[in-house]
Amino acid sequence: MIFGLSIIFILTSILTVAGALAAALLKNLVHCALSLTVTFAGLALLYLQLDAQFAGFSQILVYIGAVAILVVFAILLTRGSGIPEYRNFSTSWFAGLAIAAGIFALLAWAVLKSLPTSVASAAPQVTVQQIGLALMSSYVLPLEIVAVLLTVALIGAVIVAMPESRDPKSNSTQGGAE
Amino acid sequence: MTPLAAFLIVAALVFAIGFAISLTRRNAILVLIGIELMLNAANLNLIAFWRFGPYPEALTGMMFAIFSIAVAAAEAAVGLGLVIAYHRQSKTTDLDAMTRMKG
Amino acid sequence: MMTTSASLIATWLVQQTPPQFASSGIVNALWLIPAIPMVAAGLIALLKQPSKKAAAALAIGGLACSLLFAIVAFIHVLAAWGSSAPTREVVNFTWIDLGATHLQLGWMLDPLAAIMLVMVTFVGLLIFIYSTGYMAHDENFTRFFCFLSLFAGGMLGVLIANSLLLLFMCWEIVGLTSYLLIGFWYHKPSAAAAAKKAFLTTRVGDIFFLLGIVWLFANTGTLLFYNNGAGAMEPTALATLLSQPAAWGLTAATAIGLLIFAGAAGKSGQLPLHVWLPDAMEGPTPVSALIHAATMVAAGVYLVARVYPLMSAGSVAGGSTISLTVVAWIGALTALFGALVAVAQNDIKRILAYSTISQLGYMMVGLAVGGVAVGIFHLITHAFFKALLFLGAGSVIHGCDEEQDIRRMGRLWKAMPITFATYAVGMLALSGFPIVFSGFWSKDAIIGAAHNWPVSKGPFVLLLIGALLTAFYMTRQVFYVFFGTWRGDIHAHAHESPRVMTVPLAILAVFAIGLGVLGTPAWPWFTSFIESKSLTLDWQGFSEPGLISLMSFAILLVAVGLGTGWWLYSVKPIRNAEQEDVLEAATPTVFGWLARRLYFDELYEATVLRWYAALAWFSDWLDRRVWGGIVAIVSNSFRGLGSVNKSVDSQWIDGVFDKGCDELVTSGGVLAWLQAGRAPGYLRLMGIGVLVLAGLALALGAATGQVRL
Repeated sequence: MIFGLSIIFILTSILTVAGALAAALLKNLVHCALSLTVTFAGLALLYLQLDAQFAGFSQILVYIGAVAILVVFAILLTRGSGIPEYRNFSTSWFAGLAIAAGIFALLAWAVLKSLPTSVASAAPQVTVQQIGLALMSSYVLPLEIVAVLLTVALIGAVIVAMPESRDPKSNSTQGGAE
Repeated sequence: MTPLAAFLIVAALVFAIGFAISLTRRNAILVLIGIELMLNAANLNLIAFWRFGPYPEALTGMMFAIFSIAVAAAEAAVGLGLVIAYHRQSKTTDLDAMTRMKG
Repeated sequence: MMTTSASLIATWLVQQTPPQFASSGIVNALWLIPAIPMVAAGLIALLKQPSKKAAAALAIGGLACSLLFAIVAFIHVLAAWGSSAPTREVVNFTWIDLGATHLQLGWMLDPLAAIMLVMVTFVGLLIFIYSTGYMAHDENFTRFFCFLSLFAGGMLGVLIANSLLLLFMCWEIVGLTSYLLIGFWYHKPSAAAAAKKAFLTTRVGDIFFLLGIVWLFANTGTLLFYNNGAGAMEPTALATLLSQPAAWGLTAATAIGLLIFAGAAGKSGQLPLHVWLPDAMEGPTPVSALIHAATMVAAGVYLVARVYPLMSAGSVAGGSTISLTVVAWIGALTALFGALVAVAQNDIKRILAYSTISQLGYMMVGLAVGGVAVGIFHLITHAFFKALLFLGAGSVIHGCDEEQDIRRMGRLWKAMPITFATYAVGMLALSGFPIVFSGFWSKDAIIGAAHNWPVSKGPFVLLLIGALLTAFYMTRQVFYVFFGTWRGDIHAHAHESPRVMTVPLAILAVFAIGLGVLGTPAWPWFTSFIESKSLTLDWQGFSEPGLISLMSFAILLVAVGLGTGWWLYSVKPIRNAEQEDVLEAATPTVFGWLARRLYFDELYEATVLRWYAALAWFSDWLDRRVWGGIVAIVSNSFRGLGSVNKSVDSQWIDGVFDKGCDELVTSGGVLAWLQAGRAPGYLRLMGIGVLVLAGLALALGAATGQVRL
């Protein structure tokens, strides 16, 4: 117990933050994506430490299993001639860094200045059955909306990323990003 | 430092790093990665507050986090599709070059 | 003046205090006498030109009605005189209420007014009838009768007025119509100038008259002549005036009397305000007859007669007052002056004009030395024979085709016998031919009174010389016009005038003879009538000491004058028009002075008119330079303000607006720079925004205690 925090916590948080930093600093995009995966894993472990097992496992399933893969796919699909023609960091990287540091400072200050809370209560026994019940009763609307959203996102992503039809009759671009 | 504060600090740190990625890196996909990191940090905040909050049995925090994960996934898909489409158009993913919306 | 009379009547109708009615109907209806001719004038003014018959009918009809009323009034006064009832009746009413005081107007009927009314309406009527013939070919016939009728109304108003204010108002009407009638042929510059001269000269007198009125009102509080003891001519008021001192040791009564006499002097052509009368001959001859012989010029004499109690107030027994002395002297001087100048004139009407001036002087002397009756008797007789003379002159002019120079006439007794006969009657009456003609009795009464005047014999002497000259110049005129050889145009032949013109002449001639009966010392009907005394036929009246000798001396003078005239102008007949006058050949310088009217006009021209022109020029300069300059300065300053305004508006306000627009464009460009189209840039801004807002929220919350940190 260092500073009242358990070792597990410290290790997982270091893992998470290191992964995030790596994602920020690495030059190779695939390395960034992979370190992002590490960060996702670290966060999942943190969720497990917070007795949010379902959240942690769904984090692993969705983020690591889908989002990270998706990111890698995207990186691979948008590779140019392999070597990036441009620098990694934008010219005004310091401003961004400063702003991010400012945000962190604000948040940390808010957290640290707050009054200490009471000791954590006993771990809640959250079963999947409870979550399922909640999903179907209290949260049925968000569930349905998210379902629609996912459907729309799916269709949208397909349409957006679909290559243009090679119809020689129509030269105009259809629904591009412009 | 109470465990809650520690979790929040970690979440803040991840959030700041994700924000920095979005702001400083030139590649569009990395910006999306940064966004994902920020969303994850918010999720961590949610779970932490759920765990150390007054009513953990109401599952509010966890549900919120689960939905957030779902939405983030959808948004990542669409965003990456956009990047891919743009790349197809102009053969680049350089954010500094994406100035078509210049006012 | 229509509105004036209407308003007078209206105010009279709606006033609170009931008017003071007289007991008899005719006196209450006396206001009709001036009103009917005025109404006729208004109706004629509405007629379309030319409506000769309608205009003449209205005018003559109106004046005939007035004549009827005047005769009724005269009979009424005669009856009152006969029954020793009070012969003076007044009707007064309040016109304007001025708070503490009120202005009253009123009319009166007394012997003086009655006899004057009859005279004016009768002579006026004859002249109206004459004018229908004289002006028959004139295209402005209607306008002429409109003015004539208005004049008649105004003159009759003067006669019946019981209030100085009403008298002054009608006085002004008379002056106005005189101006209109003198300048009747206004396209002739000489006529227009003569009208202006008449108006302005009488104006000078009127100013003094008005001052006198105001002074009288201020001192006595009333302008009525007679008002049951409260009038201005009644003893209470006169005593007040006598006790008030004016300047130079005079009393207020004297001063007011002199001021009023100044007005009368203007209207009646006394020295030095006589200059307008001869020039007034520019008007048509009936106008000259009516206005400048019989009536208007008599208004001045009538005014003096009306205010005679004021002018004679304070006189010691056997003496006279200062005002009356002044009147007598001015009258005498005028009489002599008129006679002198008439000797050297060559225009038939101008001779008669100066004769009128002279006779008016006689009337004034008569009033001053002999009293109201003496002066007014001469006024009445003079009205008839002077009107006769003027109408006869008009007939002569008409018959000679508008020729007015006596040197171009001659031998007219054959061509115009009726005119000659009546003219001769008038001339003899004016000269004072004894016994038969009225002029002898009236003039002799004046000369007799002047002889008996205690103050001085000066007027007496002047009047005697004037009588001599009167006979002389009238003889001269008659011989020039009616005798000798015809000196006019060879091919022209004079002809007698139509009957409508000669009948009035005959009527007037009858009266010129017959009126003498009224004024003989044996039977002083006129004096007794005016003064409401009893009348007896008393042949002893002739045996007053010195009366017969005086009358004989006067007759002698008249004979001398007639003889001299006959000898100078008939024994050696005048053959041609260019022939020099006998007197002119004898005494060229004196004759020249007299012909030039003793240079009065030139004197006025050199002094008064020059000063007046200088004053007018100065006023004009003041107006154009000083006041106009001020106005120009103000207007220019406003223009300057306007241009300053405009420059401020265009440069500053517009400039500010333009600059603002430019800045807006620039800032738009600046702001557009923010929209670089780069996502990270947007993100950065959002981040900064979050920082700031969140920081603020936390800080403020911590400060206010909402956030427990």
